Formats: sequence, C-alpha cells, structure tokens
Amino acid sequence: MKQEFTISLFSENHIGILSRITLILTRRQINIKSITASESAVPGVQMLTMVVRTTPEMVEKVARQIEKVVDVLKVFVHTSSEIICQEMALYKVTTRGLMSGSMIGDIVRKHHARILEVTPEYIVVEKSGSGAEIKELLALLKPCGVLQFVSSGRVAVTRQVKELNAYLREMDEERGAHQETLEFYN
Amino acid sequence: MKDRLKSAEAEKPGANGSEVSATKAAAEEVTGAEALLKSLVEEGVDTIFGYPGGAIMPVYDKLLDYSDSLRHILTRHEQGAAHAAQGYAMVTGKPGVCFATSGPGATNLVTGIANAYLDSVPVVFITAQVTSGLIGTDAFQETDILGISMPVTKWNAQVKNAVEIPDTVARAFYIARTGRPGPVLVDISKDAQLESMTFRYRKCTFIRSYNPVNHLISRDIESAAVMINHAERPMILAGHGVIISGAVEELKTLAEKGGIPVAVTLLGIPAFSHDHRLFAGMLGMHGNYAPNVLTNRADLIIAAGMRFDDRVTGNLKKYAPQARVIHIEIDMAEIDKNVRADLGINGDVREVLTAMLPQIRERKREEWIREFRILDRTEHEKVIKPETEPEKGDLKMGEVVKAVSEIAGSNAVVVTDVGQHQMAVARYYRFTDSNTLVTSGGMGTMGFGLPAVLGAATGSTGRQVIAFIGDGGFQMTLQELGTIMQYRIPVKIVILNNNFLGMVRQWQEMFFNSRYASTEMVNPDFVTLASAYGITARKITSREDLKPVAAEMLGSEGPFILVAEVSRTANILPMVEPGASVSEVTLTYNSKS
Repeated sequence: MKQEFTISLFSENHIGILSRITLILTRRQINIKSITASESAVPGVQMLTMVVRTTPEMVEKVARQIEKVVDVLKVFVHTSSEIICQEMALYKVTTRGLMSGSMIGDIVRKHHARILEVTPEYIVVEKSGSGAEIKELLALLKPCGVLQFVSSGRVAVTRQVKELNAYLREMDEERGAHQETLEFYN
Repeated sequence: MKDRLKSAEAEKPGANGSEVSATKAAAEEVTGAEALLKSLVEEGVDTIFGYPGGAIMPVYDKLLDYSDSLRHILTRHEQGAAHAAQGYAMVTGKPGVCFATSGPGATNLVTGIANAYLDSVPVVFITAQVTSGLIGTDAFQETDILGISMPVTKWNAQVKNAVEIPDTVARAFYIARTGRPGPVLVDISKDAQLESMTFRYRKCTFIRSYNPVNHLISRDIESAAVMINHAERPMILAGHGVIISGAVEELKTLAEKGGIPVAVTLLGIPAFSHDHRLFAGMLGMHGNYAPNVLTNRADLIIAAGMRFDDRVTGNLKKYAPQARVIHIEIDMAEIDKNVRADLGINGDVREVLTAMLPQIRERKREEWIREFRILDRTEHEKVIKPETEPEKGDLKMGEVVKAVSEIAGSNAVVVTDVGQHQMAVARYYRFTDSNTLVTSGGMGTMGFGLPAVLGAATGSTGRQVIAFIGDGGFQMTLQELGTIMQYRIPVKIVILNNNFLGMVRQWQEMFFNSRYASTEMVNPDFVTLASAYGITARKITSREDLKPVAAEMLGSEGPFILVAEVSRTANILPMVEPGASVSEVTLTYNSKS
C-alpha cells in the first residue's frame, strides 16, 4: 500500500548531490511531492526534506540507495506520525475582495495567518501550518480573488531523541586523527 | 528504520590512521598536469590506458617525462581504454586508471564506466574538460560528463583549480577501492592542468559521510552460525564479493567444515575450485542443473558477496520457497533489494566468514550432497557430454573451451566477451581457485572481451592470458588488435565463430518462432585480418585440428588468434526461461528449425 513518507537527509554541501539523490528516485519512478533544502543545526551540513508517496518496502530500498551516495551523511524515513512538520504559504489577494465583509478578522484569528503587506490593489497574507490547513485557507480566500498563491515544501523535525549531532560526534571521535582531510572539503 | 540507526553506530576506520603520515615533506612547484601524474605515482599506479585529445594535451605532454614510472597504453578507442583498465583492475586487484579528453573522448567512456559500475570494479577515470571559463557555454568538445556519468559512477567530481588536484585524486582512489568497489571520475579543466601549484600529497583514509565497511555485530554472527548448524539442506551462493574481499580460503573452510555445497554466480566462478567435491556449479539462466533445481529444495541459503541478480534468481515469486536466507553483503542497499533476507549481515565477506568459522559445527550432510550428484549425472548425460565430447557433426563451443582449459595452466587468466561463448566458458572451463575470470556480468557488454584481455595481460606477468570471443563481439572492438600489435601483448584469443549473433538467434528460435531478424553475419576472414596486424592466426574447422592448434596457441610466445568455426545454430542449455522458476530449468530443447 502506498502512503506518504518524509525522507530527511543530511549531506555535505557539495555540488551535484541533489542530482544524485533525485536520480535514485527517478529510476524508481517515485514522484517528489515537495522538497526543501536548507542548512541544518550542524554547520556545513545541509538538510534535505522530501515528501514522497510510495510503499514502505520501496521507501526503505531507496533510502538505502540514497545513504550509499558518498556525500550523504544520514538518511531518515518517517511516516507522518513520527514527525512535526509545517509548510508555509503566501496568498496575494485583491484588496477589494478581502475588504468586503469580515474576512480579515477571521483569517487572522481563526487561521492564525498574518498580514504582510497591504496596498490599495492587493493584500499579502502569510500562513504556516499543515498542508491541509493551507489548502483550507486557500479555499476560503478563493471567492475574494487570489492573484498569486505559493506554498513552501515541507520542513520537519523528528520526535526521536538522538540528534544528528550525536551521530556525527561519534563518527568524528572515532576518527579524530583524520580531521585534516575533512577540513579540506569543508 | 531501526537498522539505519544501527549502521551509524557500528562504524570504525577501515584502515589504520598512520597513512596520513605519508605526507611528502618536500613541497615542489609543478603544473596541475604534473600534479595529477605525481598523485597517480603516489597511489602506486604504473599503467594508464587512454587516448589523447585537445583538452588533455597538457597531461600527455608531462606524461613523456614520467615514462619511467607510468606506462601509457594507447588504445584505438576510448571505450577500449575503459574496458582495458577494468581488465587490468580485475587481474591486479588494484584500481585501473583511464585517461580521455573532453567531449567525445569522455562520452566514449560511458559504456566502460557503466560496465565497471555494475560489476563493482575499481577504475579511476580522468577526463579533461574545456577551460573553466568556457564550461557551460557549449564550447568546442565540451560535454557535461559529470552529469552524464553520474548514474554510473560511485562518485565523480570536477576540478577547476590545480591546487585541488592531489586531494581530489586521493579521494577518488580511496572511494574506488574501498567498500563495494566501483568506478569514479575526475574531470579536470584545461586551465587547471596548466596552472602552477605547490605539490603536496596526502592519501585519503577517511571521508565523514562515507562508511565503506560496517562493524560486525556479534549477535548476527552467532545467529548465522546457529542457522547454519541447524540446517539440513544448506547451500552457499558465492559471488564476486568473495573474490574482491579475498575470502576464497575462508569460503573453502566454511564449505568443508559444514559439508555445504557451493554454487557460484557468473562473476563468482573462480571463488571455488571446480574440482572440489563440494562445488555445485553455476547458478542462473544458463547455470548448472543441480544448483538451480536444488535452490528450491534448500532449507538455508547463505548468499555471500552477491546481489541476487534476476539472471540468477529467475522468477522471484517462486524463488527458494523453502529456504531461509542469510545475506552477507558489504553494500547495505543490496540487502532485501531483490530477495528478502531472514538475516542480513552488512559487512566484508572475509571478515564475516572469519568471525563465523569457529562457531560452525562440523557436519557431513552426505544425503544432501548426493542429491547434487544425482542431478549432475543427468546434466552430464543430456547436456555436458554431447557438448564437450561429440564424436561427429560440427565443432561445438563447449569442446573448444574444454580443450583449451585442459592445456592451459591452472592459474590462467580467462577473459570473455558476451553471449553464447561466454556461457560456454562459464560452463565448460574448469576453473580452480587460482584462476581469474574477467567477464562482463551485470552490463553484458558486447565488445568487452578484446580490450579487456589486453588490459588483463598488461596487468599479469608470467600468467597465460586467454580470451574467448564471439564473432559479433569481436567486431565491435576489433580495432584494439592495433593496440595488441603496437605493444606486442601476448594474448591468446579464441574466436568462436558461428556467423550469427548466437544468443539472440537462440532466443529468436525459442521465443520468436525462429524468425532470425538481423542476427546472421557475413564475416571477414579473421585469419587474413589478423595477418594485417602481424598477429599469428589459425583457423580450425575439424575436431582433429582442435587439440594440436590449441596446444600451438598456448605454446606460442606472442599474440595468437585461433578461429574456431563452430556449429551455426547450437543452443546453450540448460536454460531457465524468462519468467520461469529456477527449478523449472530445462535440459533439452527440441529444435524446430
């Protein structure tokens, strides 16, 4: 049975790494629903969060293949219940549409959204939340005239206690003598 | 995903840290091109296969100054250089090195890179790139070789500053030869080759994000030993990993101590002596009868350094239904990929077997071994005897292979191309554990044989080096006869000529109603062709000539080509037909034509 998985991976920040990872997913015909790249809590280490829909067996296989990529440090696969995740969206709405009625108050209070900019022509609304919440607000704003809508990929942190830093520390401690090689590549 | 965590904990340096001290104290001012060559020397390289061109000219220019320490073999095509480097690596056990220029030079390598990737062979490919300012502009002979080679390299990188060359080369060698070996590619821009830098070399012994070998988990070793000790019908499947990790002795001890039959994959063929009483034969599509049938009788499969390729397993749904599976494999991504393992041991085969051996109970398992012998007799009667000892009719591939095998020394290097003749060699050459087999397994690359044998011969002194090649594959890369001529490489080449693309023809006969679409070949006279290259050649058409000419070939000093005109329409049997289970392997096929 296909289900949604969040693949979080930590890698060195080297050129080409994203290509190598997406190649693995492409070969297996797995579509990436969302992807976010950012710095992680560890300096120099990049974090990629991808959302994919596939079977548990397949996600395990591709995770192992991704972890095999030389520059990948660690791969974690999580189901929705194992992570805390958010997406962020921006809605550019016509001022005329939004101002008619009591929409604005509703948006800010009920949906925990923020108003970023107000002009005579448009208003920009920002909201963080689950994908479902973001879609819900989009549906609500539709009648007011949505000029632009954009949503980020998923960002996620895990519920597990042991953090990446701990793995890295263990690996580094065991091989402290090799720091020099490391420095060259960072 | 718990085992992900486990693998992070179980990690330690593979090599001792002292190699770092190999730093050269005296720093020298050199160009990037020279730094590359010095780096290769530091890595113990003595042979390079390659082909020059515009972008790599600074490297070739410096190569003249290094002719004492670096021997360059000029092939006739970059694909040939790639396969030759692989043949060299498979014989010597150290990474092969291959040079090519930018653009077409680099793209011509791709088949060779992919071939090395699928068969886990360490080859360091060095390609030149256009001047860094031109990269990305569609400059003359510019190609994105980094992007093109990404799916078929273990790792690749581009260098645009001379100062990065030594460390990148060090990294390339470390990645190529450690863990599950594989090809790597370093792309060096022309300006980086010309730029000056201060040379200082440090071998790479550690990369934070790369764990070549996992720690053994003693609980897994104990579980494996218990499973083996309690099995009534265990069977070992030995692959290329046994040879790569140097576990041939350990495998033999395990088999003998436990009384366990050993079946091999195509690339695992020399992992176990074919003369040993526990040798069960080759697995898979054209493998032996007993190991295929008995895979589905076995109650325990011990897979060592192999990856359950579809040519080995046949129909996965009907594969080894009675067996529990222990999978010993250095590449974690292979465990559970095709066949679910009851016990996956992610580690080096040699280390795992060494740890396991003291816990293996001595057993005979004569009943079980007898089952193999009974099926062996059937196969011998129905297939092997008619193929290797025919009394009349056309010359058979099997009898030619057998004749050469009987005369060649027990430590010969055997090279094949791809197709029917390859299966004939796999089935009828008697390999001992000191033989080496160089063949294209995972990729099945026609045209591999001729360049691979010249590479293999370059890497082996004092050993007989013999290639068996079909007429189709031979003509894919026959320009490498020029390389053999130029460097007087003493290879013995047996062309098994049936004037057909035999394996495709066999499939056409069996599965496409004998409709021979584009498989018949009109061939040149190979003897005349050889004479143009000054290579001695003999053609045989009759059984009487076989042994004398084979002996003449193996006794000759220089290169020699034996052209054996064999049966045009013979089939390779037994066969596990596509979609069939390994136990449904067929011994006979009634030719419709």
